[in-house]
Amino acid sequence: MFEAIAFYLFAFLTISMFYIAVTTTQALYALSALAAGMIFISAFFFILGADFLGAVQIVVYSGAVMALYAFGMMFFDTTREIKEKQGNKAIILGLSIISAILVVVIVGAPIIGNNITAAYPVTEGAGNVQEVGMVLFTKYLVPFEVAAVMLLVAMIAGIVLAGKKMDLSLTLMSEAEIMMMKEEDKKVHL
Amino acid sequence: MEIGLNHYLVLTTILFAIGLVGVMRRKNLLMLFFATEILLNAVNISFAAISHYYGDLTGQMFAFFVIAIAASEVAVGLGLLIVWHKKHNNIDLDNMSTMRG
Repeated sequence: MFEAIAFYLFAFLTISMFYIAVTTTQALYALSALAAGMIFISAFFFILGADFLGAVQIVVYSGAVMALYAFGMMFFDTTREIKEKQGNKAIILGLSIISAILVVVIVGAPIIGNNITAAYPVTEGAGNVQEVGMVLFTKYLVPFEVAAVMLLVAMIAGIVLAGKKMDLSLTLMSEAEIMMMKEEDKKVHL
Repeated sequence: MEIGLNHYLVLTTILFAIGLVGVMRRKNLLMLFFATEILLNAVNISFAAISHYYGDLTGQMFAFFVIAIAASEVAVGLGLLIVWHKKHNNIDLDNMSTMRG
């Protein structure tokens, strides 16, 4: 009973938050709605007994990814209204519905084929975090290490791409110096 | 009233459709990234739900790796976005047509 109430409550909240994130014209509203939606999604993981995944969802998505977006948005002009693509609405709606039905078919295929057995069954008497640790560090050790290397590569790429001219401090420079720097930038780009 | 696997699959389908609508109607690249996050999260819920209802941990493992990939995607994507914004002073998709044939 409580599971049903929690499911419907969080389903409603998640759908409304993501709807706001997709339709609003203010970048800041979209960011806030998306962060709220991420937190509500972690509730589903807790309902489903995937405690570790729920915690990771809150830490990684609501913590790291949203903070990264917030920092990234400092570089852009967020007060400006976002212009939307002027496309054919019927085509967009039709494509979305077709894709959604396709996803249902793909995801629902294992239910139709009912001869599925668990490859890594849940161990009795162990908590979720313990189970995840046991499977992750035995069967999925190589993908885990590859993911670690990929995160390192992404970190270095982020530093290299966004960290240009980080040795200059715009707040400590005088106005004339900043103007001179901008002029030089324009010459380089032209 | 029992919540079954189909409830979760319908919910993830709705969320996935919302994300797809976002990908198709947004012109701002940052908003496009937000829609991509919605898509990834919808798939994560369905992974966790199938993992729960079949008593198999593989789904949770896949969701875990999807989160790792999403985090690295954001790091690289935002870096590229900042470089593009420094150069052209906007992040609209329509202006990124230099490779058009």
